[in-house]
Amino acid sequence: METRELTCIQCPMGCQLTVTVDGENVTVTGNTCPRGAVYGKKEVTAPTRTVTSTVVVEGGELARASVKTASDIPKGKIFEVMEEIRAAKVPAPVNIGDVIVENAAGTGVDVIATKNVGRAAE
Amino acid sequence: MEYHDLIIIGGGPAGLAAAVAAYDAGVRDLLIIERDDRLGGILNQCIHNGFGLHTFKEELTGPEYADRFIQKVLEREIPYKLRTIVADISPEREVLYVNSDEGAVSVKAGAVVLAMGCRERPRGALGLPGYRPAGIFTAGTAQRLMNIEGYMVGKEVVILGSGDIGLIMARRMTLEGAKVKVVAELMPYSGGLKRNIVQCLDDYGIPLRLSHTVTKIHGKNRVEGVTISEVGPDRKPIPGTDEFYSCDTLLLSCGLLPENELSKQAGVSLNRVTGGPDVDDSLETSVPGVFACGNVLHVHDLVDYVSEEASRAGANAAAYIKNGARANENVAELEGRGGVRYTVPQRLNIADMAEKVTVRFRVADVYRNKNLVVYYDGSEVRRVKKRIVAPGEMEELVLMKSSFESFPDVKKITVCLED
Repeated sequence: METRELTCIQCPMGCQLTVTVDGENVTVTGNTCPRGAVYGKKEVTAPTRTVTSTVVVEGGELARASVKTASDIPKGKIFEVMEEIRAAKVPAPVNIGDVIVENAAGTGVDVIATKNVGRAAE
Repeated sequence: MEYHDLIIIGGGPAGLAAAVAAYDAGVRDLLIIERDDRLGGILNQCIHNGFGLHTFKEELTGPEYADRFIQKVLEREIPYKLRTIVADISPEREVLYVNSDEGAVSVKAGAVVLAMGCRERPRGALGLPGYRPAGIFTAGTAQRLMNIEGYMVGKEVVILGSGDIGLIMARRMTLEGAKVKVVAELMPYSGGLKRNIVQCLDDYGIPLRLSHTVTKIHGKNRVEGVTISEVGPDRKPIPGTDEFYSCDTLLLSCGLLPENELSKQAGVSLNRVTGGPDVDDSLETSVPGVFACGNVLHVHDLVDYVSEEASRAGANAAAYIKNGARANENVAELEGRGGVRYTVPQRLNIADMAEKVTVRFRVADVYRNKNLVVYYDGSEVRRVKKRIVAPGEMEELVLMKSSFESFPDVKKITVCLED
């Protein structure tokens, strides 16, 4: 049996949740509404996050373009995804939505550009 | 002198939304003036996600959110000038701008929207003792250096202040391989959004020490460490609570200040609490035809609310250009009391108000199980239960025009928290 303390972020109340995992059985206490229970369960069983960062742009009007994972990825994969983002370099121009890293760290999720970066002026 | 119906000072989220709304209300002779080399303002460096949940019902990053509004400006072919700084605005709405192509140019405006945003409270305003070594940055400066220019600003980091930018930078620097040792907050509560505390600090095991501050900065050429001490209820350091943290970088996230130098030059009267202009329900300042919106008016937590507020400022500026000044027959004053630090707007033109007027405010402390109560000249007209309110989360309340039917001559509207 494992117990974890979390702060619920579903609303400004910020309830302190205690989530207990006993095999298949997940119980949430400390929540004051049903959304807190759902949040607590997901955070303990399958937490996910969107990762945002920047990549090097070659020949661009800016040195960097901002990027994000196209959807949430498992929380445990954040640093692996970051390594692939750090290794990436893209030539200008970059457009919002361009795929920068395919299937980042085997998550099945692409890293895509979130900023337009034009070519540097001659 | 050159003339434009509407000049918008600032091409960030507030200026862009104001321009689009003014255009859609029929203004065709308008101009956005922006000092940076692209539109979008601070959103360009806010590469994290969480923007747009209210406006677009999806979660966008800052640059993506900015681009949605930039596209609206481009579609409407609204003119804008980049790398252009406004040096002066006169009470007669003469705008003096400067850039390297045209030099100094004066333009007369039918109406002006102030949308200059805010800036960070710098070290000099905090009274931090110690030398002035390299390695001390405001969180927003570090954010720009990292996210736009691509520089890593440090390896071992201490952050003073738990404002949202500081929290966001704690995660950002961690993701890039830095060790963020602690976030110290002078107040007994954080000034940041709860979701940022959880997703930027808790996720990475970064401790947040409330009621703590930096009492010494060590190092002469580069920061070598800081001393952090606990503070008492008087916010003064408690002797004997000193702790040394070695670090090469100190980030400051200690509050944002509306940037109102130009407003002052225009003769706009400023509010002591918000640091922004006093406005009426059309977001018009004390100077006729000069409107304000976004972080120059009061510092917001969410850009969605900036866009909404700025759209109203733009539409109201358009109405001013078309119809001239509003009739000012019965104007009530709004005041915050009992834990409500301020309200925006500060004046309400009851005869001419919209069907619904949104009043935004912040509270002075974390309060639980209170009632938000509204009085019209001392008569209670509304009582709403609030389970929790906190200084870091802006609150709002909607006043209906119909609620004044029985109170047509109200002079004072009071918003307060009661048990």
